[in-house]
Amino acid sequence: MGRFLLKRFLSLVITLLVATVIIFIMIEIVPGDPAAYMMGLSGSTEATEALRAELGLNMEPWQRYFSWVSGMITGDFGISYTYRIPVSELIIERTLVSVPLTVYALILSTLIAVPVGVISASLRGRFADTALMGIAQVGVAVPNFWFAILLVLLFSTSLGLFSAGGFPGWDAEFFECLKALTLPAISLALPQAAILSRVMRSSVLEVMNEDYIRTARAKGLSKRQALLRHGLRNAMIPVLTILGLQFSFLLAGGIIIESIFSLPGLGRLVFQSIAQRDLIVVQSIVTLLVFAVVMITFIVDLLYAWVDPRLREGG
Amino acid sequence: MALLDIQNLHLSIGGAEILRDINLSVEAGKIVAIVGESGSGKSMTSSAVMGLLPDGTKTSGKIWFADEDLSEKSEAEMCQVRANSLGMVFQEPMTALNPVETIGAQVIEAIKLSEPKLSWAEIRERAAQTLHRVGLDGERFPLTTYPHKLSGGQRQRVVIAIAISQKPKLLIADEPTTALDVTTQEKILALLRKLVDRDNMGMLLISHNLAVVGDVADHIIIMKDGEIVERGDVPELFGSLEHEYSKALFAAAASKGATSKFIADSAGYILEVNNLSKDYKIAGGKTLKAVNDVSFKIKNGENVGLVGESGCGKSTLSRCILGLEEISKGEVLLRGKTFKGERELRSHINVVFQDPYGSFNPRHTVGRIVAEPFYLMKGKLTKKQESEKIVSLLTQVGLSEGDVDKYPHEFSGGQRQRIAIARALITEPDLIVLDEATSALDVLIRQEILDLLEKLSERHGISYLFISHDLATVRDITDRLLVMKDGVIVEEGTTANIYARPQHPYTKALLAASPDITKVMKNNKENPNETQL
Amino acid sequence: MKRWPLSFLIGGVLTDIFIAAAIISLFWTPYDVTALDIPGKFQAPNMSHWFGTDHFGRDLLSMVMIGTRNAVMVSLVAVGVGMVFGVPLGLWAAAAKSGGGKLIDEMLMRGNDLIFAFPSLLMAILITAVFGPGAINAIIAIGIFNIPVFARVARGAALPLWKREYILSACVCGKSAARISMEHIMPNIANLLIVQATIQFSVAIIAEASLSYVGLGTQPPDPSLGRMLSEAQTMIFFAPWLAYIPGGVIVTMVLGLNLMGDGLRDVLDPKLNRKRTSEVEDGAA
Repeated sequence: MGRFLLKRFLSLVITLLVATVIIFIMIEIVPGDPAAYMMGLSGSTEATEALRAELGLNMEPWQRYFSWVSGMITGDFGISYTYRIPVSELIIERTLVSVPLTVYALILSTLIAVPVGVISASLRGRFADTALMGIAQVGVAVPNFWFAILLVLLFSTSLGLFSAGGFPGWDAEFFECLKALTLPAISLALPQAAILSRVMRSSVLEVMNEDYIRTARAKGLSKRQALLRHGLRNAMIPVLTILGLQFSFLLAGGIIIESIFSLPGLGRLVFQSIAQRDLIVVQSIVTLLVFAVVMITFIVDLLYAWVDPRLREGG
Repeated sequence: MALLDIQNLHLSIGGAEILRDINLSVEAGKIVAIVGESGSGKSMTSSAVMGLLPDGTKTSGKIWFADEDLSEKSEAEMCQVRANSLGMVFQEPMTALNPVETIGAQVIEAIKLSEPKLSWAEIRERAAQTLHRVGLDGERFPLTTYPHKLSGGQRQRVVIAIAISQKPKLLIADEPTTALDVTTQEKILALLRKLVDRDNMGMLLISHNLAVVGDVADHIIIMKDGEIVERGDVPELFGSLEHEYSKALFAAAASKGATSKFIADSAGYILEVNNLSKDYKIAGGKTLKAVNDVSFKIKNGENVGLVGESGCGKSTLSRCILGLEEISKGEVLLRGKTFKGERELRSHINVVFQDPYGSFNPRHTVGRIVAEPFYLMKGKLTKKQESEKIVSLLTQVGLSEGDVDKYPHEFSGGQRQRIAIARALITEPDLIVLDEATSALDVLIRQEILDLLEKLSERHGISYLFISHDLATVRDITDRLLVMKDGVIVEEGTTANIYARPQHPYTKALLAASPDITKVMKNNKENPNETQL
Repeated sequence: MKRWPLSFLIGGVLTDIFIAAAIISLFWTPYDVTALDIPGKFQAPNMSHWFGTDHFGRDLLSMVMIGTRNAVMVSLVAVGVGMVFGVPLGLWAAAAKSGGGKLIDEMLMRGNDLIFAFPSLLMAILITAVFGPGAINAIIAIGIFNIPVFARVARGAALPLWKREYILSACVCGKSAARISMEHIMPNIANLLIVQATIQFSVAIIAEASLSYVGLGTQPPDPSLGRMLSEAQTMIFFAPWLAYIPGGVIVTMVLGLNLMGDGLRDVLDPKLNRKRTSEVEDGAA
């Protein structure tokens, strides 16, 4: 177990390091001088030059890379070129919208997909199975941003149940916040639930053919008991992988949904920052998201070990 | 009335008739064995008793068990019967246990199902006792052990523990030792016999091997194509076999006695293996010596057997000889030249593997498959010569010219091994490695392939290196034997000598455990039904 | 004759319709999509404009046809990029691992993990933001993320084959890893790759739509389904068909591809995966 963790942790650190280099280089290629952009047309050459010095833009690229990375380790992400406030403040504020949205969507998707997958598998070939999987097949094909538009059309415009967008901020009532996140979460969750339920179904079906299910049946367990007691935990193993992938997908995929519902999340911040050439912000957010993805993969690995004793020792 | 009494059982799946008019009964305290090839319907018979038939199965007839007709029972009632009175042991111990639960939990669950009224402490106590009874003592194998920590034989013991923890009246064992080594096989069979005697259970033992069951069964039933063709008590049955098929089965199970041809040293060596070692790095930075300082030679025209149980390193050794693995230490000489996979030497050696299903690219025709080794002698033959050669070899192995354009899935297991043999012969090699080449075949077909191999060896003067886990298989075809254990060759000698006077304790154990029907008949005369653990 | 499942037939027909529409749009569309017709704007679907018109009076059917063509082109090339680079990488990794060269395999696979660690949509946005929006950059952005997908599928399918005895037999016949990969591995994993390609194709269509939805894909005046949706957003209250139709087209196109992929898998896959060899032999090997 210790070796396994150490190995995963090392590969995590290396992935992160390489990722920061790639991100840094990409941002370097972006044309345009942020200092000139910030000063606007009126900026004098001297003032721009002073600003460049202040932002550290006149250093060698590798110096800037190291100060950026070492800054990040201590929690200092630098100063936003446009907002003139620490990037970390900006990001924390936005993260408090994006992460709850992602978690909300993930919970919804799991709550829908797991039962649908199990029911569908245990009723294999019956009408309910065909119908559920037909719906899932369509669900996979729906782009979430289009689904979001349709939800707005139905729930805000026609039924008036939800507001079409905006976020009251966490200082407001919790229920209001939840309500504001509900439509975005649903539009993120349903297409993902469709994928997940298909994976769940095939995983359950596969497990039901295993020899140990037959052993369980020979003990006197009914088909359903055998599935619930012996099948589910084994069937969850591939599902965990998909869940991990979906968390990262949802976190990044929220970008578009956030702008449809005008939520002040990371996604909106990325778009604004790209438009305003606020590169330090873009750089930080992308790095943070990569960090999140890598961490989630790591956590999924831990969960594997928890579910499957074979991974706890050895390898 | 007998404990289990099957009357006029017919069974069909999707219109195909699987079982025809099966009648058999099992008494308490007796072992009834059903013997037959794969597809003979023997496993379906046991599934029918358990009520665990695949969907879409139609049955008729009666299955009386403890004076109740099981064929009349609902699924819920059958669950009760399975929990209280029936136990089952399956063929594949590696996958029969839930990998994510401890062995204790799996035994405990079985006990809870059959006796829900027991207290937690009593259940735990019973689980520990049962595991102890099957030979897994609590010191080395506590209840919290996970299945992946256990070997195949140990896992099979857990499966048996699950079955007997419910104190069943009838135990059904479907090929319980087929996936195990011979020495383990003997122990498991002895354990089953002991349990049957002590608990006065009835037992239905299913196997493809007459010699295996001959030792433990009281009554044997031989099945073919869904019908019972022969039945009788042991050992009288062996003296009075009538049906053609059972006679053939018996002949295959009884060995003819080893004869070794003498080959003078002057014949020269085709293969020399000198101080060969192969190490693997395994988890925890340790090295595993899969093959440890092995040396032996094969003369021209000599057939050598390499015998050992799974994990002994014989397959690794064969890969090293074939130039498929890098050698850690030592050398392999083919025709006196160092061989490490050089293409020029490859035409001297070829191979036939175990699995008749994995041996061929499913997308290539038989003609293309057999022609593959021609790659080694590029340009030496014209296309016409090549195709003539292919046809001639296919006929030699008992196939026909028309088979050239067929695909492997159109052939049976035995026919596929014939194709594999044709492929191995096509470059006229001096040595063919037969890596468990007959292990996956039914007994009768195995005999046919062995006969074919013997004929070809005489005709072409080839040497075989016959690798097997089964002493009985190599007995008739080899001149000399190598016995391998834990990466080392522990005994070497002529086949006849080793059979008559084994020296190493391991060889003795292997020979004693090797199922042999002549031995069974002798045993039965001396002290019927006596086995010790 | 194989019996094709219903899902494959439905999927195939849907896919064919869209491919046909895309090809026809190269030569002919009902109306010229660059011609504005302000008086005829916001027409609901009718006999002369089957799909209605937009805020400039452009014919929606013609726009959808060209938009479909753009989506198909971008996705096709992007998936092609993924296959051309990914499949050889995966085969190489599998051959290396089987031949004892674990280091090469490890490096290739860690490289793959690295690409997987970047949130694909975000990176696509970043790439197009850095190199400028447009179809070519969209192709690159989507294509890059297809490479590890195909590498993984190819490696995953090839690895068990390398343990098969027919591959060992080919080794015994002195064939090189590259030759074995071409002669024995490729024909046996081709099915799987085709199935994966149809799935990736549908994923690419959604990705292209997302990119052009945020204005980073195909640029105006070339119509694109994603941008049509983003423009429709402000007008859905009085012209909902502007949102329904392009979205519906994306859904049916993706659905068609997925159904086709599923059907293909049902027909092709069982033969590949069912037969597990019985491994009785040495645990060390």
